Amino acid sequence: MTMLSVAGLAVSRGGLPVLENLDFTLEAGHALVLRGPNGIGKTTLLRTLAGLQPALAGTVSMPPESMAYAAHSDGLKSTLTVRENLTFWSSVYATHDIEPALDRMNLRSLEHRAALSLSAGQKRRLGLARLLVTGRPVWVLDEPTVSLDTASVALFAEAVRGHLASGGAALIATHIDLGLDEARVLDLGPFKARPPEEGGMMGAFDEAFL
Amino acid sequence: MIALLLRDLRLAVRAGGGFGLGLAFFLIVVTLVPFGVGPQGEILARIAPGILWLGALLACLLSLDRIFALDYEDGSLDLLVTAPIPLEGVVSIKALAHWITTGLPLVVAAPVFGILLHLAPEAQLWMIVALLLGTPALSVLGTFGAALTVGLKRGGLLLSLLVLPFYVPTLIFGAELVRRGAEGMNTQVPLLMLAGITAATIALVPFASAAAIRVNLR
Repeated sequence: MTMLSVAGLAVSRGGLPVLENLDFTLEAGHALVLRGPNGIGKTTLLRTLAGLQPALAGTVSMPPESMAYAAHSDGLKSTLTVRENLTFWSSVYATHDIEPALDRMNLRSLEHRAALSLSAGQKRRLGLARLLVTGRPVWVLDEPTVSLDTASVALFAEAVRGHLASGGAALIATHIDLGLDEARVLDLGPFKARPPEEGGMMGAFDEAFL
Repeated sequence: MIALLLRDLRLAVRAGGGFGLGLAFFLIVVTLVPFGVGPQGEILARIAPGILWLGALLACLLSLDRIFALDYEDGSLDLLVTAPIPLEGVVSIKALAHWITTGLPLVVAAPVFGILLHLAPEAQLWMIVALLLGTPALSVLGTFGAALTVGLKRGGLLLSLLVLPFYVPTLIFGAELVRRGAEGMNTQVPLLMLAGITAATIALVPFASAAAIRVNLR
């Protein structure tokens, strides 16, 4: 079953096209890893897929209400405890069960600590636990392993594997090897937008003024 | 939606949340005025409605920039936009949370502060009614300014400049309602205008604020 399909997609950042002619599909139970140098447009692509910015051209299709997005920052409230942070997101997504997520991301012992007093890696783990409580099938992850140690990266890979096994799909932008051997890798290099004089597209006109 | 309201209220009362800040500011403004204009009761009584309304306006303004800026900084605004709640709903809930933490305490405290300014006893009730009807509009209009300036560093000052002109109708009719109430005149017209302005802003402004946030997040 196709969870996400992208056809002829072009995305722009700050009015300038960065990627064009992207075509890929993501099936249930599969993971796709996006690679490419800094500035190639991985984050821009993921933000476009998440619906945070409009695409310059092309189509993105996926079942409605199927995507959970995780950005560079985790969206944690520092004065709330780990449990309160997770409970909030689980009630936003109407899932109401945070216990499996706490166990999967090894946060049980930190449950009552304020997010303020967590280390960077622990915050990241909490951010990833948020994905588990969304109950959404398509995960769109932007650099999910930043500040994680090797044990936590393995924990994360395990969580992704569990998600894929239960019929989910994941789109992950990352620079490191996650140990997900089954994941396909998409190098974004060949999709870099050409400059307009070589036949590439112009940025959206009004974007230049925003 | 309820979860978001509870989260915002909880954040407001936790350390650094700013709950009570507006109220304390209101108190200081109201106590400073008699030092400035002198202790004559009849002058204070005449300017009391205007001072109380200006104090409420400024106290409300003080915490407006926090409505979206904090969520923007820690990334939760991105996540809220992609969450299964309409953004217009998020804006409305945030306005409600802002009103509960700043507007409502002012409504409750207004009679006490009225006494400090020699507000006529017959105007006390009208002051409460006017603030109760008018302050929700201040919070909802504030979300529009906050949405426009989200993502700007030090956007607070720009926010004040953007939002204060929109507060003028509420200020005019709010103060007029209390003045007429104090003098025993017919209060129906300013009362209806004040309520109408609030109803219209609650109905329309969340859509504008949500659109502004979507543009700013691009």
